[in-house]
Amino acid sequence: MLNISGIREGFVLDHIQAGMSLQIYHDLKLDALDCPVAIIKNARSNKMGKKDIVKVECPVDALDLEILGFIDHDITVNVIKDDKIVEKRKLHLPAQVKNIISCKNPRCITSIEQELDQIFLLTDEKREIYRCKYCEEKYRNPNRRKSNTPPQAAGHQT
Amino acid sequence: MRHLMSPLDFSVDELDRLLDLADDIEKNPAKYAHTCDGKKLATCFYEPSTRTRLSFEAAMLNLGGSVLGFSSADSSSAAKGESVSDTIRVISCYADICAMRHPKEGAPLVASQKSLIPVINAGDGGHQHPTQTLTDLLTIRSLKGTLGGLTIGLCGDLKFGRTVHSLINALIRYPDIRFVLISPEELRIPSYIREDVLTANNVPFTEVERLDEAMPQLDILYMTRVQKERFFNEEDYVRLKNYYILTKSMMELAKKDMLVLHPLPRVNEISVEVDDDPRAAYFRQAQYGVYVRMALILTLLEIDVNEP
Repeated sequence: MLNISGIREGFVLDHIQAGMSLQIYHDLKLDALDCPVAIIKNARSNKMGKKDIVKVECPVDALDLEILGFIDHDITVNVIKDDKIVEKRKLHLPAQVKNIISCKNPRCITSIEQELDQIFLLTDEKREIYRCKYCEEKYRNPNRRKSNTPPQAAGHQT
Repeated sequence: MRHLMSPLDFSVDELDRLLDLADDIEKNPAKYAHTCDGKKLATCFYEPSTRTRLSFEAAMLNLGGSVLGFSSADSSSAAKGESVSDTIRVISCYADICAMRHPKEGAPLVASQKSLIPVINAGDGGHQHPTQTLTDLLTIRSLKGTLGGLTIGLCGDLKFGRTVHSLINALIRYPDIRFVLISPEELRIPSYIREDVLTANNVPFTEVERLDEAMPQLDILYMTRVQKERFFNEEDYVRLKNYYILTKSMMELAKKDMLVLHPLPRVNEISVEVDDDPRAAYFRQAQYGVYVRMALILTLLEIDVNEP
């Protein structure tokens, strides 16, 4: 078992699909944080076979985790304070995502006016369908898991 | 301040009020002849569209207002690279209301976010054309007396035709509507309309290929043009463009009070010999387009003619 030391305050993002941790690192803009970040790839998991884990040591209000719900709302978010898990935060599909994905429709106004924010709205929560705010082009998350059953929470262990 | 981006922006009640107003305008045009005195409509057309632009201009002139604008991107500052947001900010200083057509989908929505005046989507690419849908609804309601309890045949290009998709979305809000979808296999209605709109709302519909077989049951026949620009393959277009031609003999199969609608322009999908049939309503439909645009301008400018 690979050992990464615990964190005093911050987040442990567990049950990330194997291979997705770097995307999460970028989308959460963790590179801009001046704090310890540990990325564990391909950790063994009884539930998932392989999984990624991201540990971030930072004040709990320093990160906007809403975007995680868009990337994969089955990720387990453990909030750590004083070395203990104080909260297991439930992720939801955000009603709107801004500048995370781009519209691929060549007829969309965003294809010619680059300064426009790329905004997608959740139009079908059940089927997890987002549509471009401007042209309504459908976006379906390629990382969506087949099963909507959240994995078992595994605390803050690797 | 309200804008119009999609036909579904209005609730059924709001739509009823808009159509009532259009109805009153038709019956009492003089009452409305000076309701927009001193007001200006800007027609910002980034791609040519004779019919829609002239219909908007006629509507504003009928209300006593004035019009200004451009009829192609070449004659606007878009040719110099100006953004839609900047253009509408400037237009907001010149006019009281704006009708915008743009080849890029969502451009009128972008404009509405920065505009100080109401913006009407006058067609954005293959996305929305709400005033055509309002025109269709007014025509049906005026000539049939109702928007409910009708069997509506939609014929031709049901795959790419945005007017057909918008009309289905608007009509399913009324009771006892039934659709007969008439198209060749290649131009059938997209699955997201079939499943997400019709099936999801329990709206009865059938899909057929032969127009003559469908004719006897229809209260409305909505013909569409097979648009050349939608095809990547010339051969497919040539094969499908004459798939349906509504003729005088075919009209004999229809109910005596069936109506034929078409968003126009037609090419050859309706034979000219049908034009004199009293059930051919497509040119009257163009007239209703002016009435409904007049009602829309008054509604968005919040002008109430009955106020003392």
